[in-house]
Amino acid sequence: MAKILAFIETRDNQIKASGFETVSEAVKLAKELQCEAEALVIGDNAVSSANELGKYGISKVIAVENQRLNKYSTTAFAKIAAEICRQKGFDIILLSATAMGKDLGPRVSAKLEAGLAADVIDLKVENGDVIATRPVYAGKAIIDIKITSSIKMFSLRPNVFKAEKVEESTPELEKVSIELNDTDFGVQVNEVTVSNEKIDVAEANIIVSGGRGLKGPENYHLVEELAKVLGAGVGASRAVVDAGWRPHSEQVGQTGKTVSPTLYIAVGISGAIQHLAGMSTSKCIVAINKDKDAPIFGIADYGIVGDVFEILPVLTEEFKKLLSN
Amino acid sequence: MKIAVCISQVPDTTTKVKVGGNGKSIDPAGVTYIINPYDEFAVEEALKLKEKNGGETVVISVGRDGVKETIRKAFAMGIDKGILVKTDNELDSYSVARNLADVLKEINPDIIFFGKQSVDYDDSQVSTLTAEFLGLRSVSVVVDLKIEGSTVTAEREIEGGKEIVTSSLPVVISAQKGLNNPRYPNLKGIMQAKSKPIEEKQPSFTDNKTEVISMRLPHGKSKGKIIGTDATAVPELVRLLREEAKVI
Ligand SMILES: Cc1cc2nc3c(=O)[nH]c(=O)nc-3n(C[C@H](O)[C@H](O)[C@H](O)COP(=O)(O)OP(=O)(O)OC[C@H]3O[C@@H](n4cnc5c(N)ncnc54)[C@H](O)[C@@H]3O)c2cc1C
Ligand SMILES: Nc1ncnc2c1ncn2[C@@H]1O[C@H](COP(=O)(O)O)[C@@H](O)[C@H]1O
Repeated sequence: MAKILAFIETRDNQIKASGFETVSEAVKLAKELQCEAEALVIGDNAVSSANELGKYGISKVIAVENQRLNKYSTTAFAKIAAEICRQKGFDIILLSATAMGKDLGPRVSAKLEAGLAADVIDLKVENGDVIATRPVYAGKAIIDIKITSSIKMFSLRPNVFKAEKVEESTPELEKVSIELNDTDFGVQVNEVTVSNEKIDVAEANIIVSGGRGLKGPENYHLVEELAKVLGAGVGASRAVVDAGWRPHSEQVGQTGKTVSPTLYIAVGISGAIQHLAGMSTSKCIVAINKDKDAPIFGIADYGIVGDVFEILPVLTEEFKKLLSN
Repeated sequence: MKIAVCISQVPDTTTKVKVGGNGKSIDPAGVTYIINPYDEFAVEEALKLKEKNGGETVVISVGRDGVKETIRKAFAMGIDKGILVKTDNELDSYSVARNLADVLKEINPDIIFFGKQSVDYDDSQVSTLTAEFLGLRSVSVVVDLKIEGSTVTAEREIEGGKEIVTSSLPVVISAQKGLNNPRYPNLKGIMQAKSKPIEEKQPSFTDNKTEVISMRLPHGKSKGKIIGTDATAVPELVRLLREEAKVI
């Protein structure tokens, strides 16, 4: 019988939103496969997050603690995750396809000779097999994929799977210690700079994205103001990133970030195929562009054909009114 | 210094994807192939490092005979040598990485560059897989890299910020846009590319761990609604987002 492990990502001992999505999906999958699911937390105070995971229905949390694990280390984390799987016989491993998960997953899969389906947007069980659905060619096509090795790994795209609270329960907690030496820390994160006010596009539920239609970096505040009212992340087309108006970390598209927020508002973006590739899986797309033939309207759910400079301030005001009620 | 770069060949990013007759991969008819855009950053970083420290640069690719074109693109940029692990089989990331690791073991480079992701299968797996098969340290999604002696300091992109990571040679690096500005091949480079050697090898590992069952196109959206042509349409847009789409 299968046994599922959910690797839970934390930052400063706080579980990331994607961690709750992963644990929820593990619980759901365990029900379908009628098997057990447990969670793994690694950190300098991993135990502190155990109870919070209980709210999502997981019955057991494994915590691996070590002072040196306060920041991510690719080699040390991979060793721990693989050891835990071997010791306890997990054969389905879920993690999130975040910066950490994308780095960690392949290392663990190499150690366990396991296939890994990356950046998955759906999991289903068919005849006892777990089938993963994932976008390829930056979302221009979708594939269903099956893992043929005995241990199977899946990294879940953030923001796609639901984190569902069930009734409160206190999970069993097991502290496991894994011996680590200096070579396990051959790669060490020394410093993390994260801007707390800014929401990263890869994690945002709502994204307001601007393009060359904004005419210059000095007008980007129109996008930022709307984003602020909506609690949204700020995105950009490559044209404005290449022009140096915005940092590359905001670029959406085939050579930027692939995003699937609930709401994507594209302003002054033409909708080049490489841009669409990165955001076409958004649940609801709004386009504002003065050219009625702009390709962005081809995939938008709602559009206004008009001037961003006229429309954006009004839109920001209107949302402000709505959301303050 | 021995510097290796692993490169893949991908369909041009303007390609309109069509599903092929087997229902599992894209229809190759009419597709033009390019070097994976992220691998250009990897090649550029390798060339910069050679210019600074001397040594030799080699590109390695796993794929069809046609991949030689992409290897020659890297030659034209300035890479010295190429190795093609030639196969017509669709290898998954695990198998590609095993083959790359087997080739790299023989070369034993001081540093190995990858792109952060191939823009075909968007797997972001091959660099760290290969590092693990080789028992090497790695830093992925790197936007800034400094190498002093054998000390490596890299800036890596994470959600909403950056990590400063230290390590030492030998190391595996995967390149993110922003690391550098890839050079354009000049005429001399293009001429020389024709005569640089490409060594062919047989694949050493073909035991895929994943299997594609089917490929399809995403649901085309039904034609969206154009609500209006000026700011008077805004209240209606907001109402639809709340009441119809229920996203606000
Ligand atoms: C290898 C490769 C990879 C690429 N990767 C990406 C990627 O990851 N992401 C990406 O975005 N692009 C990518 N591109 C670039 C892409 O092809 C386009 O060039 C780019 O997306 C265009 O950006 P834009 O829509 O902001 O600019 P434009 O195409 O110039 O569009 C500007 C739009 O603004 C509208 N506009 C102008 N003024 C106003 C106004 N006052 N009010 C309202 N609308 C107005 C115009 O009608 C127009 O539609 C890539 C290209 C290549 C070759
Ligand atoms: N077939 C291949 N041959 C050589 N290198 C590859 C191949 N596929 C992927 N890579 C390298 O691995 C990186 C990440 O690819 P992927 O894991 O497929 O997203 C690419 O940018 C290349 O540097």
